[in-house]
Amino acid sequence: MRHFLDFEKSIAELESKIDELRRMSEADGINIAEEVARLTEKADRQLRTTYARLSPWQKAQVARHPERPRATDYLAALITEFTPLAGDRACADDAAVLGGLGRFRGRAVLAIGTERGNDTESRVRHNFGMSRPEGYRKARRLIELAGRFGLPVLTFVDTSGAFPGIEAEARGQAEAIARAIEACLEAPVPIIATIIGEGGSGGAIALAAGDVVLMLEHAIYSVISPEGCASILWRDAGEAQAAAEALKLTADDLKRLELIDQVIAEPLGGAHRDRESVLLAVAEAIAEALPPLLALEPVALKARRREKFLAMGRLAPV
Amino acid sequence: MNWLSEYVRPKIRTLLGRREIPDHLWHQCPSCQQMIFERDLERGLKVCPHCGHHMRASAAERLAWTLDDGGTRIELPKVPADPLRFRDTKRYADRLKEAREKTHLPDALLVAHGTIAGHKAVVAAMAFEFMGGSMGAAVGEGILAAAQLAVLQAAPLIVYTASGGARMQEGAISLMQMPRTVIATRLVKEAGLPFISVLTDPTTGGVTASFAMLGDIQIAEPGALIGFAGARVIEQTVREKLPEGFQRAEYLLAHGILDAVVPRPEMKATLARLISLLTLKDAA
Ligand SMILES: [Zn+2]
Repeated sequence: MRHFLDFEKSIAELESKIDELRRMSEADGINIAEEVARLTEKADRQLRTTYARLSPWQKAQVARHPERPRATDYLAALITEFTPLAGDRACADDAAVLGGLGRFRGRAVLAIGTERGNDTESRVRHNFGMSRPEGYRKARRLIELAGRFGLPVLTFVDTSGAFPGIEAEARGQAEAIARAIEACLEAPVPIIATIIGEGGSGGAIALAAGDVVLMLEHAIYSVISPEGCASILWRDAGEAQAAAEALKLTADDLKRLELIDQVIAEPLGGAHRDRESVLLAVAEAIAEALPPLLALEPVALKARRREKFLAMGRLAPV
Repeated sequence: MNWLSEYVRPKIRTLLGRREIPDHLWHQCPSCQQMIFERDLERGLKVCPHCGHHMRASAAERLAWTLDDGGTRIELPKVPADPLRFRDTKRYADRLKEAREKTHLPDALLVAHGTIAGHKAVVAAMAFEFMGGSMGAAVGEGILAAAQLAVLQAAPLIVYTASGGARMQEGAISLMQMPRTVIATRLVKEAGLPFISVLTDPTTGGVTASFAMLGDIQIAEPGALIGFAGARVIEQTVREKLPEGFQRAEYLLAHGILDAVVPRPEMKATLARLISLLTLKDAA
């Protein structure tokens, strides 16, 4: 049973009608091919028009879609011989941040992903993708490990943000994030970050200060969630839709602002409708981005990465 | 103990009645509620003489209290104004204009260079009075400019932080100031120069989670609120009462996040001593 979003209501109705017809034809042997084809075409057309002009708030819903491929899906599909590595060597292992060694198309890499889970049990286990300091410290440790052995780092970012908790603050959430950003910026190896769902604030940039930042078409990347922004600036969480518009958090917006490098197109109706194709598209984009980075000496690579971030949001030279 | 506010003040009150005392000469301590004479407050660097409460200070006051003769302010790089054309209940462009008119500051950061008790230094001070000290491109560029100036002058960089976090009205551009200011700290450190972060009330969000927490030395003022997430958000998430003194300077010190909590009147001397110890190997 597919999960439909609010704005997909008419598409949901059509698709359930199609399913119904198919069941009937199987049971009664009636030939309804023509009717099914007609309805399918209609559903596709509606999907196409709806998804061609998704509002930023609708994109936020797609980005958070419960069936959207998550970090574990990318690790499973893109990384062979995946060997998870745990722990921050100080306090705990944080299941919101997964990481380990493996191979991407034959090349040894280090992969890191924020995982939010896909059912109640796994969501609780992964703390809904909200990392504690231990997660960022684990990421930093692994990025440094990758640096020591010359392994490119691939990150898959999908988090509503860092976990706002008492112990998280007591153990230095802010410092852990700052050090993870620093580890990304200082790494002598290529870092390719992909925003696959929600790129939530400091918790996202901690793993996304990379040489190349890819972003899925319907992913969002923002300094604060639309809901959080609405409750602060509008003093009304109900204004999340307006906040989503104002924040300019879509992949197209970020590309236009030159804060990300590439938008990866999603299958019609969002990544969850054709997981295989989106996993492949991300793999292709990474495979394309990696060789030019591997060709650079560590010093040049680091300098280029710094220059890239330093240029962001600067006044264009006149 | 301050004789004026303890003794004279009540006397004046009985003599003149409450309303005749010019209000601007007296301040009430938000912590102990006692009255403080304006001149004493200024002389005491805005620390309550009764209870030691550190009141919030402006960026200009920070520079004046730290640099000998206040140092020399530098002009900070211009950045695109309102790049997202952001509008909530008000236009960001208007909010900026109002903040500039109210504070006479260009944005939420001031930078100056000079000496601290004879030791050369670059000092940056965040202005909480300017849109809650929020960090957008202007603050990011300012921190970078301060770091570059420190490198150029081979001087330590001191940053007084005071910020509610990222400037939401600049969206992801404000988020990118986190890596950008982290790079600033790297520039100073790679030049072999000390970066000292002085965290003041309040420092939260994206500022805490970037350059503020990367000091070679991290000092806070007593009682300063320092954290990543806001207390209200934490309470709503964990549905627990927050512990006493949570996210205060002393709490962070006890949890190993700070080097020291230093009262304001001792700050300048402490900074001068730290600079001397870190950069003058032989002071004989
Ligand atoms: Zn007091």
